[in-house]
Amino acid sequence: MRTAVEIAESRKSSAMYAGRSHVLLERGWLAFRSSTWIPVVTGFLEPVLFLLAFGYGMGTLIGDVTTGTTTMDYTLFIAPGLLANSAMNGAIYDSTWNVFWKLNESKLYKTMLSTPLGPLDIALGEITWALIRGLVYSLGFLTVVTALGLTPSFWAILAIPAASLVAFGFASFGMAITSFFKTYQQMGFINFVLLPMTLFSGSLYPISVYPDWLERIIMALPLWHGIEMVRAFWFGNITSGVLVHIAYFLVMIATGLFVTSRRLRALFLR
Amino acid sequence: MSKPLISVRGLTKKFGDFTAVDGIDFDVAKGESFGLLGPNGAGKSTTMRILAATSTRTSGTVEILDKDPELFGPLVRAHLGVVPQQDNLDNELTVSENLFIYGRYFGLSKKFIKNKIEELLEFAQLEEKRDVKVEALSGGMKRRLTIARGLVSEPDILLLDEPTTGLDPQARHILWDRLFRLKEQGVTLVLTTHFMDEAEQLCDRLVVMDKGAIMAEGSPAGLIKQYSSKEVLEVRFGSDRNKEVAPQLATMCERMETLPDRLLMYTEDGEALLEKITHAGMHATTSLVRRSSLEDVFLRLTGRTLIE
Amino acid sequence: MNTGIDVPQIQRFGALYIASARLRSMSKWRTIIAAVDIGNPLFYLIAVGIGIGVLVEQGSGTSGTSGIKYIAFIAPALLANTAITGIMDETVFPTIEGFKWRKLFFAQNATPITGRQIALGVYLAALCRAIFSVTVYYLLLLAFSVVDFGVSVLIIPIAILGGAAFGAVILYFAAKIEKDDQFFNILGRLILMPMFLFSGTFFPLTSMPIYLQPIGWVSPLWHATELGREAAFDYSIGNTMVIIHFVVLLTLVVVGLNLSMRQFERRLAK
Repeated sequence: MRTAVEIAESRKSSAMYAGRSHVLLERGWLAFRSSTWIPVVTGFLEPVLFLLAFGYGMGTLIGDVTTGTTTMDYTLFIAPGLLANSAMNGAIYDSTWNVFWKLNESKLYKTMLSTPLGPLDIALGEITWALIRGLVYSLGFLTVVTALGLTPSFWAILAIPAASLVAFGFASFGMAITSFFKTYQQMGFINFVLLPMTLFSGSLYPISVYPDWLERIIMALPLWHGIEMVRAFWFGNITSGVLVHIAYFLVMIATGLFVTSRRLRALFLR
Repeated sequence: MSKPLISVRGLTKKFGDFTAVDGIDFDVAKGESFGLLGPNGAGKSTTMRILAATSTRTSGTVEILDKDPELFGPLVRAHLGVVPQQDNLDNELTVSENLFIYGRYFGLSKKFIKNKIEELLEFAQLEEKRDVKVEALSGGMKRRLTIARGLVSEPDILLLDEPTTGLDPQARHILWDRLFRLKEQGVTLVLTTHFMDEAEQLCDRLVVMDKGAIMAEGSPAGLIKQYSSKEVLEVRFGSDRNKEVAPQLATMCERMETLPDRLLMYTEDGEALLEKITHAGMHATTSLVRRSSLEDVFLRLTGRTLIE
Repeated sequence: MNTGIDVPQIQRFGALYIASARLRSMSKWRTIIAAVDIGNPLFYLIAVGIGIGVLVEQGSGTSGTSGIKYIAFIAPALLANTAITGIMDETVFPTIEGFKWRKLFFAQNATPITGRQIALGVYLAALCRAIFSVTVYYLLLLAFSVVDFGVSVLIIPIAILGGAAFGAVILYFAAKIEKDDQFFNILGRLILMPMFLFSGTFFPLTSMPIYLQPIGWVSPLWHATELGREAAFDYSIGNTMVIIHFVVLLTLVVVGLNLSMRQFERRLAK
């Protein structure tokens, strides 16, 4: 049986990373096992409710939507956008409020950093946990949408890894932002920014309805890239533009991980 | 003597203009129980965080098992068990899950931890609480669990920051008993405290800290012998009269301290001194003869009491 | 000894003392309150009103919205929803805080102020927030020419009545809550969100399948929205429906408030 010191020596652990981010997932699972299912169920319900309300209700007012050269039923149009949205929401929930709590109230990260774990272990572990949560939401939503007969083709399955990338990006970025916040008021700011982004990013209507300048702003926002990426895979409409969306999220993930682990070190190892 | 486990030289920590730790030196030997005694704000916790490899220093050298904690943070932390001032248990988990996951943070195997948990639950007297969420535990139980958690990785050194602050007297005594057992098992303990009785009970050797500096160093008994008399007579004449009689009383003993509510007279024989005072026609409202303590040492060194 | 404590005075005006204390603590959050209460519905108005408005125009025109322009159609609903969320914030949080987190109500109850007065005071202060937010939002609607100045000003009291109806009921539940860990999740995602989506907010309730329409019937938001549209536009729901909407909302206020006051009294005496 190896001792803690032998393990630490064999790992050649750097100050940032001990190569053990998976223990964060173990911890997440232990805590999740004994908690209630309500947040998961409700988190899954949200996009389904949106789909029902906007699909059925708005569908009767709108009929078909034309984007570019294709025309489709409104409900079909919004489904992939809502999928991207629910992946984002799932990831944000775990990487903002939960992280805020562990940073400032329960001081869990401080405790973890008093062991040989490093800041990157924590960032990577927590973000992966949030990603898994986003993935579960996406799968649930896909199941409902398929049951309603709204999946256009076999390609739609590829929307799941795309949605996971969206979840990963937002989890990473969300945790980085949260690591700078100290008060609940500041946390309220996150929701305040999320709402307009959610509404404007084109999950409910094509952004071409807006003037050019506004369209450009929206196209700089991560959710628009997420929605377009998921939509491309959803309809099997994969062009080189998809690479831009993927690159956008890879940069977002890398930036988030870098900032988060630096910030954890500055907070707890100074 | 073999090489010390911990060696600190000229350790300084500044926060902006404020100097929290001001050039301190000390060593801790293997198996020793070493204390940092001082009031709140003396720099004890800052020193502990630097020893725990979770805080950087401004200057000076620190070696823990021959390693600089700043350069070998994760490795140094693998040698340590840390019990922070405020319990930071994982409230979402049960008692045994807390021990389990903490062991996993060190990379220990599941099998090793499972066996270790039994031993630690017994040590912490928490066998019946193993599947209870930690929220439901009393303050004393939480602290015992935090100590048990610090032991899960079989550390070479256990760091305890104010281990009994905030506990009721009964819970304190249970905790002291547990810590005393560790000491007997040969675990090296480093603890901070502002309770002189705790320092006297648990420490083989200690340093008295004030305003970031070390004022004195030695064993509890040695420090008392060096800085105080054998006995202390505490007398009260009523809050208004204490000042009046003070000059006259000061001539009757080796040394005297005037506190807001009472006078402390240092002497080899308290009873005899009290008789002398009464003989001189002064009648104290209350009087108490006791042995000198570390509290008196601190008062002598700094002119202030430990708990203000 | 005369301490200047005028017990009859307190018995008469206790609720006002509580309300003014609540307003004082609310004023610390005024920037956030203003941003959330004005910003959120404004985002919905611009994103959904204009964005989806374009789609609706291309689709069914105004035939599905009783001849009302789409952005105007949703305006009274957003106004009523502002009142509802504002009043909810100022009843739910202070009530759980007062009973559980900081137990402030027990301290207030140790003076001659009664439990009923505390309930009423919290409620009145919450109404003040709604009055402020709804009025500012109405002015914005005028500025955007979404409504014309005139009789449409009636949508202000109607929106507040909708908020008051929901607030009176939710105050009762907030006062009953013993375990709060999942309450906000349930409230936000299982009550507020479905109510917002299925109360005829974005499309006529009748365009939903019949099994989803009962959500609207029990929702104060639907009743206030219908009344608001009737007041602001040529909507013609008929006098009978107007009376029904008023009766439902007023009944909720009276019954909810009475239940709440009784619950406050009981819980404080426990």
